[in-house]
Amino acid sequence: MELFQEQFPIVIHALNIGFLQTLKLFFITLLGAIPLGLVIAFGSMSRLKPLSWLSRLVVWVIRGTPLMIQLIIIYYGPGLVFGNNIWGGGETGRFTASAISFIINYACYFSEIYRGGIQGVPKGQEEAGLVLGMTRSQIFFKVTLMQMIKRIVPPMSNEVITLVKDTSLARIISLQEIIWAGQAFMKGSQGISGAIWPLFFTAFYYLIFNGVLTVLLGRLERRLDYFR
Amino acid sequence: MPVLEVNHIEKHFGDTRVLNDISFTLDKGDVVSVIGSSGSGKTTLLRCLNFLERADGGTIRVNGETVFDASSANSDSDSEIRRKRLHFGLVFQSFNLFPQYTTLQNVMLARQLLAREQPDFKSRKKEIYNEIEHQARRLLIQMGLADRMTNYPHQLSGGQQQRVAIARALALEPDILCFDEPTSALDPELTGEVLRVIRELADRKTTMIIVTHEMAFARDVASHVLFMDKGYIVEQGDPVQVIEHPREERTRQFLAHYAQK
Repeated sequence: MELFQEQFPIVIHALNIGFLQTLKLFFITLLGAIPLGLVIAFGSMSRLKPLSWLSRLVVWVIRGTPLMIQLIIIYYGPGLVFGNNIWGGGETGRFTASAISFIINYACYFSEIYRGGIQGVPKGQEEAGLVLGMTRSQIFFKVTLMQMIKRIVPPMSNEVITLVKDTSLARIISLQEIIWAGQAFMKGSQGISGAIWPLFFTAFYYLIFNGVLTVLLGRLERRLDYFR
Repeated sequence: MPVLEVNHIEKHFGDTRVLNDISFTLDKGDVVSVIGSSGSGKTTLLRCLNFLERADGGTIRVNGETVFDASSANSDSDSEIRRKRLHFGLVFQSFNLFPQYTTLQNVMLARQLLAREQPDFKSRKKEIYNEIEHQARRLLIQMGLADRMTNYPHQLSGGQQQRVAIARALALEPDILCFDEPTSALDPELTGEVLRVIRELADRKTTMIIVTHEMAFARDVASHVLFMDKGYIVEQGDPVQVIEHPREERTRQFLAHYAQK
């Protein structure tokens, strides 16, 4: 018990640093993937056939292969092809490569949710806007967008919560996120070795953060309850 | 001069001919009822007038101005079509109100957006918005919805929703107001309240084209009836004559279905 009291602050400090990296990856992925997903969604709905095919091909490949493989290819691939590591060394390079992999991967999932949301708004809404003399962009921003947001909030909430846990995949290229930090104490770090409880303990971080997210996303959903 | 002149409108979807040589005229204050079975082209005709579909042949003139000519229809820019379509209003069978806006906002939205294009919008914004709100309230009161202005569409009955949709179309003061089976989605009780407000509009000399399956209503309100079948106007004329004493065999067959009910 004394040993535990001694180890606890050291472990918590290390896990906090790891979790900060987890949060950073989480927020940067959302910041990049939410708009990029919209671009891909419009691409796949485009009347220009080549653009629509290209977008659908990208979505198929990204959704059809594991994110873990994508991380490895994006991090190591350029080095194998060009002979030098374009990401730069160290944690910064690993983080950049991770963020890019996650943004591309999640943008593809988001694009399919957006597409469903846009196509789920009845055609009559657009027609009502047209006969009232609105322009296409007025119809999108003033009529369709809000209805689309309402439709996509529940599936997006699901993806966002999955993303929190998926960030741990970046460990495959040694990004020092929270699971990496917990696992370090098994091999030996800061005078502690053979301790598995820090790894188990990381689960609380995920659980509490996802609890907060669930409450916030639930609130957003309820705020859109005023119309049907 | 007639408000509306429709000349030789043709429309086909692929190999299917939906409208054939449709011609009729409409004077100010006229009410035309369009009757006919499903698939006879009634709805497509209204959609062509409102530029939701592009006719393949023919011309449409409003107050003497050619607003549509199939032989040069591709040259119109989006903003041209937008301006021309404002001659017409359209009330849909399924209402198509904007669910995220209140009744009052539904009626005001289009005019508020149009007002932004006025050159004096910035300097008179408040005044213009007040004017628009005043008009919207007046229209909703006229539709019997004085106590429903802050409700959202999902809180209203079908009949109330359709009356909001009528107010929304009237807000833009169209020359010709079109109705596409306005009561087909309503039960008989609610149908009555919608037909009543359309009747009032007819009394106020609103120029209207009404596609409907309500034969008694078509006969009583219209100044003119068109019977359509397979994309053709089979018979047109005085409502009592067409509905009570049809000349054409096809019209008789169609009306016989209603007599049996």
